[in-house]
Amino acid sequence: MTTPRLDVVEFRTVEYVSGPLVFLEGVHGVHYDETVEIVAPDGGLRRGQVLEVNRGRAVIEVFAGTRGLDVAATRVRLGGDAARLGVGLGMLGRMFDGSGNAADGGPPTMPEAFWEVNGLAMNPAARDHPAEFIQTGVSAIDGLNTLVRGQKLPIFSGFGLPAAALAAQIAARAHVGGAGEEGFVVVFAALGITHREASFFRRFIEDSGALGRTVMFLNLADDPTIERLLTPRVALTAAEFLAFEKGLHVLVILTDMTNYCEALREVSTAREETPGRRGYPGYMYTDLASIYERAGRIRDHVGSVTQLVILSMPDDDITHPIPDLTGYITEGQIVLSRELHRKGVEPPIDVLPSLSRLMNAGIGAGKTRPEHREVADQLYSFYAEGRDLRRLVAIIGEAALSASDRRLLAFADEFETRFIHQGVTSRSLEETLDLAWHLLAPFAAADLKRIHPETIAVHRQETPSPQPGLVSGAPDAAGAA
Amino acid sequence: MSATSGSTVRVAGPVVVATGLDEARLYSLVRVGKRRLIGEVIRLDGEDAVIQVYEETSGLQTGSVVEDTGVPLQVELGPGLLGQVFDGIQRPLPPLAIKDGRPFGEPFIRRGVEIPALPRDRRWDFAPAVAVGDIVEPGALLGTVPETAILEHRILVPPRMRGTVTQVQAGEATIDQPVVWIDDQPVPMMRRWPVRERRPIARRLDPDQPLITGQRVIDTLFPVARGGTTTIPGGFGTGKTVQEQSLARWAAADVIVYIGCGERGNELTDVLKEFPELSDPRTGGPLMERTILIANTSNMPVAAREASIYTGMTIAEYYRDQGYDVLVLADSTSRWAEALREVSGRLEEMPGEEGFPAYLPSRLAEFYERAGAVRCLGGDREGSVTVVGAVSPPGADFSEPVTQYSMRLAGVFWALDTDLARRRHFPAIHWTRSFTLYDLGAWFGQHVAIDWERQRRWALELLQQEEQLQSVVQLMGADVLAPTERIVFLIGRMLREDFLQQSAFDVVDACCSLDKQYEMMRIIRLAHETTQRAVQEGAEPDLLMSLPVFADVARMRNWPPEEVAARARELETRLIEEVEAV
Repeated sequence: MTTPRLDVVEFRTVEYVSGPLVFLEGVHGVHYDETVEIVAPDGGLRRGQVLEVNRGRAVIEVFAGTRGLDVAATRVRLGGDAARLGVGLGMLGRMFDGSGNAADGGPPTMPEAFWEVNGLAMNPAARDHPAEFIQTGVSAIDGLNTLVRGQKLPIFSGFGLPAAALAAQIAARAHVGGAGEEGFVVVFAALGITHREASFFRRFIEDSGALGRTVMFLNLADDPTIERLLTPRVALTAAEFLAFEKGLHVLVILTDMTNYCEALREVSTAREETPGRRGYPGYMYTDLASIYERAGRIRDHVGSVTQLVILSMPDDDITHPIPDLTGYITEGQIVLSRELHRKGVEPPIDVLPSLSRLMNAGIGAGKTRPEHREVADQLYSFYAEGRDLRRLVAIIGEAALSASDRRLLAFADEFETRFIHQGVTSRSLEETLDLAWHLLAPFAAADLKRIHPETIAVHRQETPSPQPGLVSGAPDAAGAA
Repeated sequence: MSATSGSTVRVAGPVVVATGLDEARLYSLVRVGKRRLIGEVIRLDGEDAVIQVYEETSGLQTGSVVEDTGVPLQVELGPGLLGQVFDGIQRPLPPLAIKDGRPFGEPFIRRGVEIPALPRDRRWDFAPAVAVGDIVEPGALLGTVPETAILEHRILVPPRMRGTVTQVQAGEATIDQPVVWIDDQPVPMMRRWPVRERRPIARRLDPDQPLITGQRVIDTLFPVARGGTTTIPGGFGTGKTVQEQSLARWAAADVIVYIGCGERGNELTDVLKEFPELSDPRTGGPLMERTILIANTSNMPVAAREASIYTGMTIAEYYRDQGYDVLVLADSTSRWAEALREVSGRLEEMPGEEGFPAYLPSRLAEFYERAGAVRCLGGDREGSVTVVGAVSPPGADFSEPVTQYSMRLAGVFWALDTDLARRRHFPAIHWTRSFTLYDLGAWFGQHVAIDWERQRRWALELLQQEEQLQSVVQLMGADVLAPTERIVFLIGRMLREDFLQQSAFDVVDACCSLDKQYEMMRIIRLAHETTQRAVQEGAEPDLLMSLPVFADVARMRNWPPEEVAARARELETRLIEEVEAV
């Protein structure tokens, strides 16, 4: 991160140091939210940000942590400017630290401009309606929870679930209906993830040949905690520049937002603020919104910012404040299930609690296929019924079920092992929907209540339905278990 | 009032403390810093004035100048409101995006921009309703302006003014040019009104008429009165926003004020894209021409989110005073409550439940109580403001404070259920957890069908029974049910799937007339009676339910409005025949 400075004022009036915070006394003319430099007693430079100014006192959060700082010798330099990032096309293919400094040993990038990392709120009246389908190659997403350009969609994961693998697959493969491949780039921000996860991601992107169109910002598990508050903002600033100045379609991957929220809580606690639920600050919704809302499209502009956010639900609890507040801001969620993961279903996406709010705008005639919505609704409905029946079977046994209930039960199994499960193979949307029709084949037309009779007639004519017994032998089962 | 100025001593997020504002009053509007950010005094504490700032305070210094404007936060009222998109403090958003002649050249909201809420250069055709020499009372009609193709804007005597009309200027005028003179005092078309003050009325009326919404589960089971209040709590993904947007589209109101309070930016694009294309079910004009949007999305300044509710409500009252039925949709009151909590936290106030300030319930009450059906000031006009407040309970847990307080205040409770939403049962309004306190049976009996209320009670009772049977079936399977119970179980399912579910995205199904609702329910009730009788005579329940006629019951939703009566008669005959044949 580069900060152009005109008139730097230096203070030696540190009053006390507590947690990630430094309290500075007897200062004047401090700007709220400005970025500052802290000179440690050993001469090292650290960056910080002003959280509050109250009469002669300023509260400063130190991104690199306060270890080694003291009251006597620590100096603080104020420059009066908000945190900025030097942005440019030269960032593509490069790797940066969590504050935006080149971290791959390469030469410094040539910035074309310096943008404030906190960004500005997009005027809601200038937003364009996100409506372009992004093909991820994952059936559970493309078929049932379709992602569109300009959407923000989180993956609710649990510790030990393969969210990173899913995100990496999507980043490596996502393209928009064949066109626009050229203008598609990935901005990846690691927030407190391990070296192992970060290198997995990097390798995946490298192997897919997409490294040249990727920008990486890494704040890893052993990097300063408070810097994590800056990293998503730095990454999104780069993304906004590439999207709205350069007309590129940017997919931003933020992982793992749980670590971000914990850093937020740490600062809040150090400031002795009134805690909200589970100790997270009451303004966490607003704070998260200032990150997530930086996705979208702008009218009369070419590019777009799409966000794929990974967060780990502590104890797999979807009502935990982090997934809960996120779900209220994002346009849907993809929920990973430990049960499916144990069964060997990859990716283990539980489609029932998953949702894409912008799906309807991105699918249908001229975009995906005309019957997309109806087929998706039918799959949902049968799968939900089949899941309910499983619970019943556990109590009363399968023998007590009617033939139609047994068909639903079989459908739920097939749906998981053949539709959701696909391992590392990628499926086109055509393949996904054809597979869906195969799974629906054993049902009589009258049972398909969510699909218009005309649609069924057209489809069953075109693709003669295989015998129910043959379904599991259908050709596109290659990727299945 | 003379304007005074002071200087900032503290900046913490949206809260700024200033000294030297000796004459500032509570809720005075102030301008902060070089960029003249807009703020409001929310507490006076000795020397200090505590200010909530409606714009980003990044970069603000201590020692910055604060200027007291001497007036409270006000909105501009007059022709030109309809079809407009404002932020929380009534700045028009589309003009903010214009730069160098490009309509979206400045897509990000810059600070300190001053654009009047209502366009000053637009000319309106004023048709006077008074003549020189007329004596006018507060609220009396002065004249009309065709604001949009579907709504006549009525210019009234301001609430605190009375006297004799001394001059009248008919024809084209801008909103700040005088059109009528009362006792030689010029009266332009535009008014200003403080947002935190309710507008005066002659008297309140009893809420005894429904606000028709075209949504079956609402109109039939849990109707809201014209001038009533509703709260819709629901976890994320339960369809609050889709529900509010359906109401904005299909509700039988003259004016819709949609307050997007701390919600998603992309959702507004839905409304902005669709509303100009959709037509008003009552007048046929573009839906946008009866709609006013207040958009303060979640990433816009938090204090303006707090104000947005009052801005929207004041505009709604202004149209109510003209004799219109206004529907206020607030999405979501939880975000508004959180804005209160955030500001309260910065003020270091003693927190109440879950960190919310102790005055949350009284603020919520003030908001909901601004709803009502009224006899307007100065005429025989009647108008109403109906309020629908969405609530976003953390973790979909309805025991949290905002849901609980709202439940206490609102007359109707539409409980959105996460489980229903996951099954894609929409609208996910839960039939046993929701309620309405408005007694509107008499109106429906008079205007739709005499046995409307009886039919409604039958449905509620059947759904209740079905829920009980449901728990038995989940434990022991459907086989344990007696044949008559099996019928209740199956008819309950029919009610849920074929009546309560309604697609907001289907052209025909999205809005359902009262006649159609009545007929659909009547057919299902008839199905219940006939099959129940058949079962008692020994027929097999599952065999009955597999009759082809029931496939057509499932398609009643697709009946075109003009064919409802004929189709219902035909289906009724078939139903009776087929069941009797068994």
